[in-house]
Amino acid sequence: MWVVVWILALPQVVWSGEVHVAVASNFLNPLKEIAASYKQDTGDRLILISGSTGKLYAQARHGAPFDVLLAADSKRPALLEREGVGVMGTRFTYAVGALVLWSLEPGRVRGEESLAQMNKGKLAIANPKTAPYGRAAQQVLVSLGFWKKLQPSLVRGENIAQTLQFVATGNATLGFVAKSQVEDPRFKFKGSRWEVPVDMHEPIFQQAILLNPGLANSSAKQFLDYLQGPVAKKIMRSYGFRFLEE
Amino acid sequence: MDFPLMDLEPIWLSLQLAGVTVVILLTLGTPIAWWLAHTRSRSRVVVEALVALPLVLPPTVLGFYLLILLGPHGWVGGPVQALTGSALSFSFAGLVFASTLYSLPFVVQPLHSAFESIGKIPMETAQSLGASRLDAFFSVITPLARRGYLTAMVLGFAHTLGEFGVVLMVGGNIPGKTKVISIEIYDRVEVLEYAQAHILSAGLLIFSFLVLVMVYSINRRLPMQVT
Repeated sequence: MWVVVWILALPQVVWSGEVHVAVASNFLNPLKEIAASYKQDTGDRLILISGSTGKLYAQARHGAPFDVLLAADSKRPALLEREGVGVMGTRFTYAVGALVLWSLEPGRVRGEESLAQMNKGKLAIANPKTAPYGRAAQQVLVSLGFWKKLQPSLVRGENIAQTLQFVATGNATLGFVAKSQVEDPRFKFKGSRWEVPVDMHEPIFQQAILLNPGLANSSAKQFLDYLQGPVAKKIMRSYGFRFLEE
Repeated sequence: MDFPLMDLEPIWLSLQLAGVTVVILLTLGTPIAWWLAHTRSRSRVVVEALVALPLVLPPTVLGFYLLILLGPHGWVGGPVQALTGSALSFSFAGLVFASTLYSLPFVVQPLHSAFESIGKIPMETAQSLGASRLDAFFSVITPLARRGYLTAMVLGFAHTLGEFGVVLMVGGNIPGKTKVISIEIYDRVEVLEYAQAHILSAGLLIFSFLVLVMVYSINRRLPMQVT
């Protein structure tokens, strides 16, 4: 028994080549690809924790051991910076996201008129309170005048990944998801989609920030540089992301 | 604390869900428990294990299968969609279905042990005096098993109120239909609205405590009545 106590009491081994990255669900798959090439190029390993931006924000505020946050908005990283949980001056926009109305049925989605034709079935959005893509979806529905009318058809995913899952399993007929999710090889040539014009919602600036636990981890800073480099950008572009300078 | 901000709908919805589920479970659970208590069939252990499964399965396993089963292409959701126009996922009816499975052991097991401790003699005596099986059951067995019924009702109700993982997976978080107390608490915590989360959580805590006090005092005050 004392052996167990002794083992538990050993200080956690700090593996400098590891970065704990909290990542918004829509960016998980691109980040997995980036992590693979990052490991090849540097030997460092990324440990990914995914969820809605709102949830990750709340966890970071309560001392979750994340080195880096890759959010799906600019609001939460700015808040973390102001609250002293994020490191001042490390915040930047790593990608600009796009919203897509998607259905598993080919030909079901043509444009905004597909929303007007909703009479049965469900429309999935991510929870607007915690997921930036859900908030953008709400803004689109409000600006098109469908927000009130479609309330009975709305189902809310806990994050954007669950929202996609609702649509991909056919449990919801339509859903507002991130373009990056349906650019994934598994969904790219499936179903039907409408790319929502960017002027229908506030732009989705996905921001990254170094968090306090990552301050002592040199790999964390190295990863944030890598995220802005050509290899990472090529992967992000293949998922339909754009960049600020474009 | 800001009471006007409190939304009572999730509470009301949870109470409805738990109430409906308990009624269904007592109806379904009684014959299952009776059969379990009196059969000599070898398949008894299999049925007993099936009933107890929700006790050990992670809610995500149940949620995953239910999502497939209740959806528009599922074995249950498909026919329901053909009949009514909408599948069972993301609906109150779907949650009732899920809760019935989820809380099954909490109702069947107390009934099972109540029937077992009553034994066969009261039923046989009543029948030998000319009562029909059904009549004998309601006028002799049910009163004898009231301790088991009370425990089953209280535990089934409370366990359904506390359901979270399954609802998160098949509910879709729809206010007034599938947004129950536990989901509301999760949502409030996520967006750091702790005042509301505190009120609901403390309410559930006190309620659950009282429920258990009730169960234990039922077990004390109504001693076994074995002939």
